[in-house]
Amino acid sequence: MINTIGLVFISVGLFFDFVGCLGLVRLPDVYNRLQASTKCVTLGTCSILFGAFLIHGMTAAGTKSLLCILFLILTSPVSAHALARAAHKSGVKLWEKSVVDRYEEDGN
Amino acid sequence: MRNLAKILSGSGSRITLFILGIITWALLNWPPDWQHIIVGIFVSAFVAYMTGDFFLKRPHLLTHAGRYLWFFYYTPIFLWECLKANIDVAYRVIHPNLPIHPGIVKVRTSLKNDTALTFLANSITLTPGTLSVDVDKEKGVLYVHWIEVKTKDTEEATKCIVEKFERILKRIFE
Repeated sequence: MINTIGLVFISVGLFFDFVGCLGLVRLPDVYNRLQASTKCVTLGTCSILFGAFLIHGMTAAGTKSLLCILFLILTSPVSAHALARAAHKSGVKLWEKSVVDRYEEDGN
Repeated sequence: MRNLAKILSGSGSRITLFILGIITWALLNWPPDWQHIIVGIFVSAFVAYMTGDFFLKRPHLLTHAGRYLWFFYYTPIFLWECLKANIDVAYRVIHPNLPIHPGIVKVRTSLKNDTALTFLANSITLTPGTLSVDVDKEKGVLYVHWIEVKTKDTEEATKCIVEKFERILKRIFE
């Protein structure tokens, strides 16, 4: 039973990881690509790790995957924020069909 | 004696870091045995001694029980928003016409504390369609990249993006 639930989590995670990679190819500019890769890859990878934890239980592998989930949730948004900010500061333009850029207007 | 009291009064942050270090070490070396635990105690003590005073600015807040309850209330809301975000992005990526109207909007926040701002920015990044680009702490302003800009107005964008988290984070961290 617990194995099946773990496998379901791993399948869902694989799907979201796949969508994240697809977004990296399909979306137009750096910021949109960061959106897709950050969100989907965070939840997808966390889901895979949680599935691995369910299958292994409280063993050496299981506890490590729990710790990985925690560190992934803490670090992945921070790195996305740093990349987006650095891209904007170094003059990467938004997609030409973008609606508004308040950050540019405020002189940053 | 006075020195000892001084060390103890400033050591809440160090003790917290030490305990967190021990827990992390024990989970990394699961199942725990004596040799690993003893090495872990020395390593955590060293790390806590060297870097402990940067870790928490106001360790007395750790004793407020209500804040933990608000944190437990915050976790499921955050996970639910995170799941919604993923389905939203997945839909936009798979849809053949790529239905996006991206842009960077400005939102206001009344949070002042560093930890609270970090949590707010991270939550914004992991929730539907938004990615925090920069934080201006003095003006209380966040710049947010929005994949589907619904409004260009600062106040309305604040209402859409920030408010649901800000209310809870204020009770946890402020």
